[in-house]
Amino acid sequence: MRLLYFAWVRTRIGLAEEEVSPPSHVTTLGELVAWLGTRGPGHAAAFANHSALRFAVNQEYVGLDGKISPGDEIAVFPPVTGGRT
Amino acid sequence: MIRVQQDDFDPGAEIARIAAGNTRVGGVASFVGLVRDMAGESSISAMTLEHYPGMTEKALAAIEREARERWPLEDCLILHRYGRLLPGDRIVLVVTASAHREAAFDACRFLMDWLKTKAPFWKLEETAAGARWVAAEARDDEAAARWVRE
Repeated sequence: MRLLYFAWVRTRIGLAEEEVSPPSHVTTLGELVAWLGTRGPGHAAAFANHSALRFAVNQEYVGLDGKISPGDEIAVFPPVTGGRT
Repeated sequence: MIRVQQDDFDPGAEIARIAAGNTRVGGVASFVGLVRDMAGESSISAMTLEHYPGMTEKALAAIEREARERWPLEDCLILHRYGRLLPGDRIVLVVTASAHREAAFDACRFLMDWLKTKAPFWKLEETAAGARWVAAEARDDEAAARWVRE
């Protein structure tokens, strides 16, 4: 499964993308985020506060209860900011 | 039509192109977003727009489809830049063309409000105190919420 990180999620983890193979009990985004948080201090910092994160599965916005599959492209990022114009 | 690009654009040329050859168009509305040099109390020296290639285009296309369902548009352009921009630089252009002005005005405003909350762009501001990611603003959600149909 291909993971993409954007904005401060990317800078905290120190990676723009990575390929991961989570254990088979990880079937939702929420479970994936909990598992990713155990991968290292950068991941732990980036995934500490779920409410500050947004997700896309195969380029569609999905909530934490969304289902995931091994071939998915999963993106994690902060709320989008078109603001201040 | 959707365009996501690093390069600057010419608003006049884009606006002229929208109505060219289509005499059903009675009005063209446009909005150009620029990089400001201030955010609250801090002065901004540059701003970098990060986006999600692929999803950005999909999200903008979905926003355009929504506008075309709501208003009788003859044509529509959403052009968004990414990369490092300086104060005064153009960021975004929305152009809408319709037979009458109401649809053009309303659709233009709708497109701006929706793209600010739904398109995957993130802003990194450079200030004297360092670089910082811009947080989402409730004000933008409120602006977008105005267009939610009951």
